[in-house]
Amino acid sequence: MKSWNRFKNSYLLYSFKRDPVAILSFCVLSILVIISILAPVITPYNTYDSATFDIMDAETPPAWMEGGSKSFLLGTDIQGRDLLSTMIYGLRVSLLIGVGAVLFQALVGILVGLLSGYLGGKLDALLMRIADIQFSIPYLIVAIFTSAIFKLAFGVGRYAELAVPLLIIIIGMSEWPKYARTVRASVLGEKNKEYVEAARVIGISRWHIMYRHVLPNTLTPVLVISTIQVAEAVMSEAALSFLGLGMPITKPSLGSLIRAGFEYIFSGSWWITFFPGALLVIFILVILLLGDWLRDVLNPKLYKG
Amino acid sequence: MFAFIVRRIIQAILVMLVIGLVGFVIQHQIGDPIRDLVGERVTPAEREVIRDQLGLNDPFYVQYFRFVKNACQGDLGLSFFYKKPALKVIVSKAPATIELVIVTALILIIISIPAGIYSAIYPKSWFSRIVMAASTIGVAIPVFLTAIALIYLFGVELNWLPSYGRGETVNIWGWESGFFTWDGLKHLILPSVSLSSIMLPLFIRLVRAEMMEVLETEYIKFAWAKGLHRERVWYIHAFKNTLLPVITVFGVQLGILFAFTILTETVFQWQGMGFMFLEAVERSDTSLLVAYLVVVGVIFVVVNTVVDIVYGFVNPMVRIAGTK
Repeated sequence: MKSWNRFKNSYLLYSFKRDPVAILSFCVLSILVIISILAPVITPYNTYDSATFDIMDAETPPAWMEGGSKSFLLGTDIQGRDLLSTMIYGLRVSLLIGVGAVLFQALVGILVGLLSGYLGGKLDALLMRIADIQFSIPYLIVAIFTSAIFKLAFGVGRYAELAVPLLIIIIGMSEWPKYARTVRASVLGEKNKEYVEAARVIGISRWHIMYRHVLPNTLTPVLVISTIQVAEAVMSEAALSFLGLGMPITKPSLGSLIRAGFEYIFSGSWWITFFPGALLVIFILVILLLGDWLRDVLNPKLYKG
Repeated sequence: MFAFIVRRIIQAILVMLVIGLVGFVIQHQIGDPIRDLVGERVTPAEREVIRDQLGLNDPFYVQYFRFVKNACQGDLGLSFFYKKPALKVIVSKAPATIELVIVTALILIIISIPAGIYSAIYPKSWFSRIVMAASTIGVAIPVFLTAIALIYLFGVELNWLPSYGRGETVNIWGWESGFFTWDGLKHLILPSVSLSSIMLPLFIRLVRAEMMEVLETEYIKFAWAKGLHRERVWYIHAFKNTLLPVITVFGVQLGILFAFTILTETVFQWQGMGFMFLEAVERSDTSLLVAYLVVVGVIFVVVNTVVDIVYGFVNPMVRIAGTK
C-alpha cells in the first residue's frame, strides 16, 4: 500500500499521464501482450495442431474481399491456417524470444559489468577488451553467423526443435556488451561514493556490497536500455527468421510468416505478408516509443536531439 | 605513438587468430573435408587412407597451425558446391555487394544532409514535422519489409522496375559492374533504396541534432552579428562543423550497412556475398562458410585497427587511455 502511494505521487506517473503518445503506446502494448499470453484461449484455431487446418483452404483472401470466407477473418496462409490465429501465435513466439533474449543478455552483461567495474584491474581490462572487440562487429552479423553455425552443427531438424532456446541464446550473446558497458560505467560512478565506503568501513564483504548496495543503484540505466533492447531483439529475431535461420514455419514467429508469405507475393496473395508485417511494425514501434519516453523521464541528462 | 600502434596490431592479430580458431573448429567438427574432396561414393577404407595422407589424423594444434599458415597464403579451402577455391568464389561475388553499398551510401548522403539541415533551420515547418515523424516510424520498419513493400508496389503492381537479380553487367578488368548498363542501373534502384531506408532515419536525426547544436554556438552568433548573409552562415559556417561528427558516425555505420546487405540481397536475389553466404548455409558448404567468416573478420579487424590508429594520431587521449 505504501509503495503504491509512492508510485501514485511519483514523477514517473505524473509525466506518463501528461504524455498522450506514451499512454497510447502503453495501451497498445498491453493489449498485444495480453492477447499473445492468452493466445490458446482466444484464437479461433489452434495452428500448432495440423488436424485443425486443411490445405484446401490455402490462400483464402480476407473475409471482406471477393472469395473470402467468414470463418477466416484475415484469410489463410499457404498451408490453409487461419492467418489471424497464426499471427497471434507468431506474436507470442516473437515476444517470448524478445523478452527471453533481453533477460539473458542483461544477466550476462550485468554480471560482467559489475565484476569488471567493481573489481577492476586485469580482469576489467580483459573483459572490456572482449566487449570492445565484439562491439566493433555489428550485432546482426554476430547473430547471423552464430545461428548459421548452430544450424549446421545441430542439423536442420534438431535446430527447428530447439529454435526458441537457441535463438534466445544467440540474440542474447550478440548484444551483451551493451549491458556490460552501461553497468560498468555506472558502477565506476557509484563505487567511490560515501555509502559504499561506509559499508566497507563497517566490514561488509565485497560481494555483499556489490550485490546489495552497488547493483540497485545501477539499475536505472539498465531499465532505460532494456526497453529499446526488447525492440531490437524482436527485430533481430524477425530478421533471422526471415533469413530461414530462426523459427521453422510449423511454429512460425512473425518473421518466418513474412518469409513464407513473400514467396507468394508475386501471385497477388499480399495479405500473408502484409498483416504479420504490419503487426510486427506496430509492436516494435510502440516499444520504441515507450523506450524513448522512459529514457526522457528517467534520464533527462542523456536527452539529445 | 609507436607503442600504441604495435599494441593495436598485436591485438588485431590475436583477434584474427581467435576468429581463425572458431572457423577451424567449425570446419573440423561440422564439415567433412573428405566429402568436399571425393563426394559420397568412396569406401570407408579409402577414406581413411586419404584422411591419413591429408594429415587429418594429426594432433589438433598441428592442424590448426596448418590452417593458419594456409589462410595467410590466401588458401581458405575448396568450396564443396562451386568446386573452386572458396576465396575465389567470395572475390567473384564481392563487386555486387560493394556496388550496392556504394549506391546506398550515395542515396544516404544526398537525402539525409539536405533533409537534416532543412529541419534544423526550420524546426517548426510542416516539412520538418513530417520528416521527424517519418523517421520515428522508419526505425521500426525492418529492412526486409521495406524491400517487400517496394517489390510489391514497383515490381508487381506497377511493373516499373525489376525486382530480382542484377540484370545486365559489364566486365571491366574482371569487375562485373552493373553501373554501365541501363538495365544494371535499373536493377540497382530497389535494393539500394530499401537498404538506405534502414539508415536514413538515423542520419537525418543526426544531421539535424548536430546542426541545431552548432547553430546555438557563439561563433555562429558572431557571424550573425557581423551581418553575414544567412545562406553563408548556414551552408558555410555552420555546415562545416556539422560534418565532422556525421562523417565519424558514417564510418561506423558502414559496417552495419554491410550486415544488412545479407537481408537485402536475400529479398532481391542479389548475387552478392550475403546471398552466397546464405546459400552456403543451406547447402552445408562448410568451407565456403568458414572462408566468408574469415574474410568478414579480416575486413572488420583491419578497418577497426586503421580507424583506431588514425584516431590515435588525431586525438592523443585515445592512446593515453589505451596504456592504462
